[in-house]
Amino acid sequence: MIRVVLPAHLRNLARVDGEVELAVAGQVTQRSVLDALEASYPVLRGTIRDYGSGRRRAFVRFFACEQDLSHDQPDAPLPEAVATGAEPYLIVGAMAGG
Amino acid sequence: MSGVRVLVGTRKGAFVLTSDGKRERWDVSGPYFAGWEVYHVKGSPADPGRLFASQSNGWFGQLIQRSDDGGKTWEPVGNKFSYEGEPGTHQWYDGTPHPWEFARVWHLEPSLEDPDTVYAGVEDAGLFRSADGGQSWQELPGLRTDGSGPSWQPGAGGMCLHTIILDPARPGRMFAAISAAGAFRSDDAGQTWRPVNRGLHSEGIPDEDAEVGHCVHRIALHPARPEVLYMQKHWDVMRSDDAGESWHEVSGNLPTDFGFPIEVHAHEPDTVYVVPITSDSEHFPPDGRLRVYRSRTGGDDWQALTRGLPQEHCYVNVLRDAMAVDSLEDCGVYFGTTGGQVYVSADAGDNWAPIVRDLPAVLSVEAQTLP
Repeated sequence: MIRVVLPAHLRNLARVDGEVELAVAGQVTQRSVLDALEASYPVLRGTIRDYGSGRRRAFVRFFACEQDLSHDQPDAPLPEAVATGAEPYLIVGAMAGG
Repeated sequence: MSGVRVLVGTRKGAFVLTSDGKRERWDVSGPYFAGWEVYHVKGSPADPGRLFASQSNGWFGQLIQRSDDGGKTWEPVGNKFSYEGEPGTHQWYDGTPHPWEFARVWHLEPSLEDPDTVYAGVEDAGLFRSADGGQSWQELPGLRTDGSGPSWQPGAGGMCLHTIILDPARPGRMFAAISAAGAFRSDDAGQTWRPVNRGLHSEGIPDEDAEVGHCVHRIALHPARPEVLYMQKHWDVMRSDDAGESWHEVSGNLPTDFGFPIEVHAHEPDTVYVVPITSDSEHFPPDGRLRVYRSRTGGDDWQALTRGLPQEHCYVNVLRDAMAVDSLEDCGVYFGTTGGQVYVSADAGDNWAPIVRDLPAVLSVEAQTLP
């Protein structure tokens, strides 16, 4: 299972506490993880990726294994530790005021 | 005994304020959607228990929330706002063409008859409609694509469609206003539109009498006389007696005719309220004195209402959607400030009192009169 950590606002929207666990078929990429997340929690559609372009929203970041994956290709394989569930995939609200 | 429910949108959540007909003691609930900007909350005239809220923030974008129990519980509904067809361009601040991009929902206007139908005014300026209680949204593209759209340019607050008025007497007629494009009218339920800005005069645009390009801040009408419109423009308070075909200025003796909201008394079509603001850069009341101005003559002759409002050191603003009236026998008037106060007058503006003093900056206020 893939472990996903959501920021507090999105946990509230999805009505979950703590990490989310997802089964991802095929290669584990950012796109396949986010597709699986949105399929399980439709309320998150449009909050992480822009509806029109499908691109990451500007103030959302993706981290794993102490790396910033935000600028990686969406179909690039995620680190093995994420694919095996040893490490979580973090969806983070960027540090920004407001 | 009848009562009121006041729906308040703020920079950091929504609040619901309820009271009986006396409007002296208030129950305050919220924040709902804490930490999110709530540009607008409005109830269905056909089913007052049904409320719609626009929830957004810079990180996670736009959500629409719906309540079917008067705001006690909420469910997210559809949040996909896609412009019809190829979105095209409008003018950017530097005069270059800029693609239409959805940013947020500024205003939600529920149908007068059908609780499942609701309109959304969005930035970049466009009009959307849902016929399934907010689950799905379709653009009414005629407003954006029929003519002047490519020449529209954003105001300082963004290029937003902030005002939607449904004519209660003439089905299919609706009005919309856009900053900084102007006022528009449809007579076929939003399929086709035309600008209705004749008589507006704006010094900040190259052709001061242009058909479009005016920074309209808010429009209001009285349901018993819907051909009469009142407008608070960037500068100037205006009136139309022919459903927007022509406008004339009714600023009269106001200390300044800059401001944002404008409202009409629930029972007196000639009684109008504005909140004068010093200037386009000084967004606070003149002389630090918070004064609502009331005209009982449909404009021109204005009276300052000050009783219960701070008359020194007050430097808040009152935003375009942050004023409302109830329809109790003694008409209640409400407004919220960027300082987080929500004021009520239970006697049509003669006396004011704060309901709450320390909310986040208030973006919108709506009042529901309950049986």
